[in-house]
Amino acid sequence: MGQNGAGKTTLVKHFNGLLKPSKGRVLIDGIDTRHVSVATLARKVGFVFQNPDHQLFSETVEDEVSFALKNFGFDEKTISERVEKVLNILDLTHYRKSSPFMLSGGERKRVALASVLSWDPKILILDEPTIGQDSYQKERLRQFIMQLNQQGKTVIIVTHDVEFVTECEPRIILMKNGRIIADGDAREILTDPNLVSEASLVLPEITQVFMRLNDYGFPRNVIGVYEAKRLILERLSGGFMR
Amino acid sequence: MAIIRASNLTYTYPFAEKPAFKNVNLEIERGEFVLLTGPSGCGKTTLCRCFNGLIPHFYGGTLEGEIIVAGLKPSEHAIYEMAQHVGFVFQNPENQLFALTVEKDVAFGLENLGLPRDEIRRRVDWALKVTGIYDLKDRAPFELSGGQQQRVAIASVLAMQPEIIVLDEPTSFLDPLSAKSILEVIHRLNRELNITVILVEHRLDLAARYASRVIVMDEGQIILDEEPRKAFLEEKTKMVGVGIPKVVRLYLLLREDGINLSRVPLSPDEAAESIVEVLESDRG
Amino acid sequence: MSMLDGLRLLDGLRFRNISSPIHKIDPRAKFVYVCALFFVAILFNQIIPLLILFLSQVPLVIIARVKKEWLRLIRGSIFFAALIFAMNVISLYFYGGYPSLASIIEHSLAMTLRFIVLVESFSIFFLTTSPDIFGLSLEQMGIPYEFCFAFTTAIRFVPVLAEETQTIMDAQRARGLELESGGFIKRIRNYIPILIPLIVNAIRRSLELAEAMESRAWGASKKRTNLYALKMGGKDYCFIIISIIIILISIYVWLFIKIPSITQIMQL
Repeated sequence: MGQNGAGKTTLVKHFNGLLKPSKGRVLIDGIDTRHVSVATLARKVGFVFQNPDHQLFSETVEDEVSFALKNFGFDEKTISERVEKVLNILDLTHYRKSSPFMLSGGERKRVALASVLSWDPKILILDEPTIGQDSYQKERLRQFIMQLNQQGKTVIIVTHDVEFVTECEPRIILMKNGRIIADGDAREILTDPNLVSEASLVLPEITQVFMRLNDYGFPRNVIGVYEAKRLILERLSGGFMR
Repeated sequence: MAIIRASNLTYTYPFAEKPAFKNVNLEIERGEFVLLTGPSGCGKTTLCRCFNGLIPHFYGGTLEGEIIVAGLKPSEHAIYEMAQHVGFVFQNPENQLFALTVEKDVAFGLENLGLPRDEIRRRVDWALKVTGIYDLKDRAPFELSGGQQQRVAIASVLAMQPEIIVLDEPTSFLDPLSAKSILEVIHRLNRELNITVILVEHRLDLAARYASRVIVMDEGQIILDEEPRKAFLEEKTKMVGVGIPKVVRLYLLLREDGINLSRVPLSPDEAAESIVEVLESDRG
Repeated sequence: MSMLDGLRLLDGLRFRNISSPIHKIDPRAKFVYVCALFFVAILFNQIIPLLILFLSQVPLVIIARVKKEWLRLIRGSIFFAALIFAMNVISLYFYGGYPSLASIIEHSLAMTLRFIVLVESFSIFFLTTSPDIFGLSLEQMGIPYEFCFAFTTAIRFVPVLAEETQTIMDAQRARGLELESGGFIKRIRNYIPILIPLIVNAIRRSLELAEAMESRAWGASKKRTNLYALKMGGKDYCFIIISIIIILISIYVWLFIKIPSITQIMQL
């Protein structure tokens, strides 16, 4: 997370070799990115760009999703199996033969995601996945990301959507002016007013509430709604009968 | 008299099978701050395009029913006439700024109107000051941050001195801090200049506190039209994927357990205040 | 040269917002100056006057503080310069009837230098003239506003387009596209996944731009005002007069003074 221009996208472009370090080195799964091509690294690292329109070009959704599989030289049978599977997971099966250009913004974003998930990369990078998504789409995306993560995938999200992040509770790396200024878990980073304002973010809503309740003996580092409710109920339970 | 009045308004894009919205009835009074929201594809952007005549002049298609904006029927007046009453700010800052300096961009509309040069100068300087970007006037718009660019876009419609400003998801590309400050600028225009604001926005957590009214659309219909505190109590709001602010969710969760805060909070400040009230009365 | 390099070269022409005495000169006066240099460069085909012409403009570049950008442009034109030189040598060798190889090379060098002088004067013009001001001067010379607007907008979007091309290439390479693989036909086909999004986005962008323009009263008045008006001042007239003097002197030299060639000087 961090301000626009802090260097987030530039940093993650080093993870699949689109950019190579001019000094130092980047190891992906033990491989030095300077010594292999983007295509080789891409097998391990899937990168979904912010704007789906920067990648969609095929006549049908199906073709779009199989594009990478063909580039990586999978055989026909595997390709059709993989396409089938990923379209199913992302609820795109009925658009199989549609032109990606005819779909809505949210759907195009899903096709772009499908076209990367198709080759089952170990590491998944998502650049600003929540921009232009409504809350229903965001919630679906969040569940999907959590599921991938539970399946053992490494997920890296570039975002400044604070409320989205409080619901995922990931490890957060904060950047500013090309440097990492903090690295820790969501609760620790997002409830630190100095760090948050340095990175041009805002405190999560619930944290803002609890900052003001601090005088009443509540902790400051609260980010979730359910946690907030529990803390308030505990405090009240002394004189409150339910 | 209402500054915007739509009755039985239905619109279908050219080549579309079904209407983008149908039978919309809506009245907006001068000086209101309306938050228009709803899931993607619900027709909210399309509705806004009717306010300054982009529909039907730019998009074609068929518009049925009646709409009157600032006393004019948009279908009978050219977009440039409507533009002097209705300012339009778009989602993507990059594609609505054309000039090579901020100042020239803000002057663009006034130049098109053919106003005298010193009048243009006066209005440009005023708009730059109101939006807090006077110091940037000689910079190139594409060198600025997204938040600054959006201020330029606002200044450039403000310079035309419209009675209504429509903003279509103006903060979606911005970081939270810039988003917050853009919404504060919009709030000031509404409060200090009495400009009617229609804000299309998903970020209710930042915008709800400024709105006098929330309108929710779904599948081409207005399904809710209330002042914000009441709107959030409607289960319908949740149903159609409107992102309810976390503080409101906290309010609703506490209510389930029999704890009633004195009012629906629209900001963390209000939430904290109400919780303190409950704590104090619990003690006493 | 790939598409992206082409865009980068165009980007080199991009105006940089600095102020200098040269930047402040009215573009119309600068235009007269460029035309004068053009005329002189075409007039002479000997190496010495062209060399003088080339060197005499270097101080202008320094005064205008655009040395770095200017050098980059000259470097960018070396490929074409080399091409012109080679073509000249070959054609003169076979059809020229020149006395010696030395004189062929000298003449070809002169032609190459002429090209560089033209690039030089053009680049001084574009590097020191804001496209906005240039558009305005076109407007004041009576060229329809629509055309001037198209021109400045095109310039405004060059950097955006260059960045977008880079992003699209990155996005496709991230999906395993290898641009440099395969034979000739395959290589051309490799660019399809880049060209299509580029075109689709350009169309989408132009629609959005048109929508925003309409919303800001595009075409409202036949008599459009411009926030700025260009006025020629004393300095500008001076500049024009200097340009005319340069033309007159060159014509005089061309008519009455015999310019020796380098080969002749060497033989003395």
